Amino acid sequence: MTLPTQSALLKYKKRKWINRLALTLSLAAMVFGLVWLVWILWEIVHLGLGGLSATVFTQMTPAPNEDGGLANALYGSGLMVVLATFVGTPVGIFAGIYLAEFGEKTWLGSVTRFVNDILLSAPSIVIGLFIYSLVVVKLKNFSAFAGVLALALIVIPVVIRTTENMLRLVPNALREAAYALGTPQWKVVLTVTLRAAKSGVVTGVLLAVARISGETAPLLFTALSNQFWSSSLMQPMASLPVTIFKFAMSPYQNWQQLAWAGVFVITVFVLALNILARWITRAK
Amino acid sequence: MFTPRFADRLFAVTAKSAVILTLVLLAGILLSLIKGAWPAISQYGWHFLVRSVWDPAKDDYGGLVMIYGTLATSIIALLIAVPVSFGIAVFLTELSPNWLKRPLGTAIELLAAIPSIVYGMWGLLVLGPVLAVYVQQPLQKMFASVPFLASLVSGPPVGIGIFSAGLILAIMVIPFIASVMRDVFEVTPALLKESAYGLGATTWEVVSSVILPFTKTGVMGGVMLGLGRALGETMAVTFVIGNTNQLNSLSVFEAANSITSALANEFAEAGEGLHQASLFYLGLVLFAITTLVLAISKVLLAQLKKAEGKSS
Amino acid sequence: MENSKISVRDLNFYYGKFHALKNINLEIERNKVTAFIGPSGCGKSTLLRTFNRMFELYPEQRATGEILLDGKNTLQADQDVSLLRAKVGMVFQKPTPFPMSIYDNIAFGIKLFENLSRSDMDDRVEWALRQAALWGEVKDKLAQSGSGLSGGQQQRLCIARGIAIKPEVLLLDEPCSALDPISTAKIEELISELKDSYTVVIVTHSMQQAARCSDYTAYMYLGDLMEFGTTKDVFFKPQRRETEDYITGRFG
Repeated sequence: MTLPTQSALLKYKKRKWINRLALTLSLAAMVFGLVWLVWILWEIVHLGLGGLSATVFTQMTPAPNEDGGLANALYGSGLMVVLATFVGTPVGIFAGIYLAEFGEKTWLGSVTRFVNDILLSAPSIVIGLFIYSLVVVKLKNFSAFAGVLALALIVIPVVIRTTENMLRLVPNALREAAYALGTPQWKVVLTVTLRAAKSGVVTGVLLAVARISGETAPLLFTALSNQFWSSSLMQPMASLPVTIFKFAMSPYQNWQQLAWAGVFVITVFVLALNILARWITRAK
Repeated sequence: MFTPRFADRLFAVTAKSAVILTLVLLAGILLSLIKGAWPAISQYGWHFLVRSVWDPAKDDYGGLVMIYGTLATSIIALLIAVPVSFGIAVFLTELSPNWLKRPLGTAIELLAAIPSIVYGMWGLLVLGPVLAVYVQQPLQKMFASVPFLASLVSGPPVGIGIFSAGLILAIMVIPFIASVMRDVFEVTPALLKESAYGLGATTWEVVSSVILPFTKTGVMGGVMLGLGRALGETMAVTFVIGNTNQLNSLSVFEAANSITSALANEFAEAGEGLHQASLFYLGLVLFAITTLVLAISKVLLAQLKKAEGKSS
Repeated sequence: MENSKISVRDLNFYYGKFHALKNINLEIERNKVTAFIGPSGCGKSTLLRTFNRMFELYPEQRATGEILLDGKNTLQADQDVSLLRAKVGMVFQKPTPFPMSIYDNIAFGIKLFENLSRSDMDDRVEWALRQAALWGEVKDKLAQSGSGLSGGQQQRLCIARGIAIKPEVLLLDEPCSALDPISTAKIEELISELKDSYTVVIVTHSMQQAARCSDYTAYMYLGDLMEFGTTKDVFFKPQRRETEDYITGRFG
């Protein structure tokens, strides 16, 4: 066996040193990422909890320097998110069914997948512009209805993507077993295949809900905002993100405090949904 | 009436309609942007993209300031996010003990779940002041007499501007880029890595000479994905970019504007007419850029899948 | 043959351009077990899947010729495939319980074709599970999910599910290949009981299983039907040298 030469040993030392440096830097990168997460979450809790009280949930948004809460904004967000989910999810699931069960190799399927990816990554403010031209201009006023449509347009691509992926994972043997009994196609897909993919599809919907709960841009010129309580779909409606935007950018103390409380509520809600979605996929 | 054949037909038609609706929506978005922007397009043509005036009083507009702001913030975001994401991906795949991989991966992914308005507010009220005191002021003192760099860091040190926006975008985009990188690193065939280790290579050498070349198209695809995300981000940028429609200096600490922040601030009040049309024009430009970046990212990621299929 | 349940006449099958089954002519006798044997890729599963038109799920697959079930050609376009599959049931290689309770798995097929009252349905489910020799093991957990059973039990569940709709023919596509020897033995026992009420066709890659279970055996090779006869004849007095080579293990 030949012994390593002097220069090879020196080289090895240098290589070891570079290796250690590179791995330390990657550890530093990991810590860097985590530090931001911790810092952000800490500030949200710290500043948000301070402004949180029962009145936040029971009183309306106030004028500057007056007492108040976020009740109408919370209601508005809740209503619009629920409606948008109800509108967008069926479209998303059926399109996902088409892509997985009918359109595997068709050109319509490939085109739709590409288009869906564009919609998925489209800046949400552009979605807002679209609904503005389509709905707000035609109806001649801002409305919660427009806001619901804008949010639904964000739900649809997310649900399409997850539904298609989850349906694809269902083994073909299961489908064939159902067909072998003489089951018609619509029943195979809805009662066997979709059911087998149930937890994944539900997770997709949850993630879509989490996403639209925090979206501000698409609501800025569709639902706009509303100082007072409104449950009419044809009028502007307050929402939590837009209200936070307005209050946070202002110089008023009480508004800023309410904005932090709102940030706390949104973050807790969104993170809880994310963790729930993860737990569901894990449980399956 | 509901014979099995009819039910099957109805089902197939419903599924197909949902898909057609998706296509129609995209077409609709494109058309509405063009239609809304048309007055500005016919007024200015391509020149809109290089004019820096933005004067609602005189009804004269040009998109250069916003386009510059969008591009500059996104580039700064990538300059920070790409190396950091790379480091995180390397850590998660090669360094981290197995039991730590899932929780750390989840933690990074939670960064992606935080809504952008939260980033915006935190950026303005928490990060901004910290940046002003600990980064901007020292940098300004340090480069006071250096010719080019001094102007790069000039401007009122209040913690807003292109750099702040870029930093926050970086944090928002890191989870996207890092997960794509981690995923492509993980599908590198074990046999390939083992051959390198077997020759006595260090971990870093395996990463840089084997894994990275093997996954480079995938890595690029992930970077493009992050870029697309950064370009389209609205709320985080709007809070901290300063919302000033002027490009006076090259400084990254000056207040500026991006396409998304201009839209967020001005659209609701812009009356019908050239102002609104110019904003639509900006929206169209943004949509075009993000779609192009996405298409590139998809092509790159598809190429990686093909290469994977060949070697496995 | 007068006692034919299924008559295959000049059957050719294609996967795209690939000619997978070449001029198959065959008679399957009723209330007997017929086994298809042969090396991998010989077309035995392909042939089985023409009997219930399972291949129609895949556009590049097509069949020409005739398959007569009780004298009527099943490959004809106007033959309703759903009703065909009610008469010709199939059990697959891997157990495929539906994502529902054991009870609902069995009831699923029944509900497609009959409107039974709750108590009639209960009776039918019990009957099917008894026929599949599974009743004793699951009667107290009918509401539990089918995927909680062992592999052998799941496969018997699939057999019960197929029997529940009272087909006339049972197609078994390598039903024991994913099971341990004890479960395999139970299912082979079941097969010999089933032939009293059904015509059974089984594809198997195990010659020993064919020898144990079947009355008739068809030996296939590269898409051709090489030899067909009673199991005794095929195994002890093979007419063709190719058959003898396969049986004695010279290849495959």
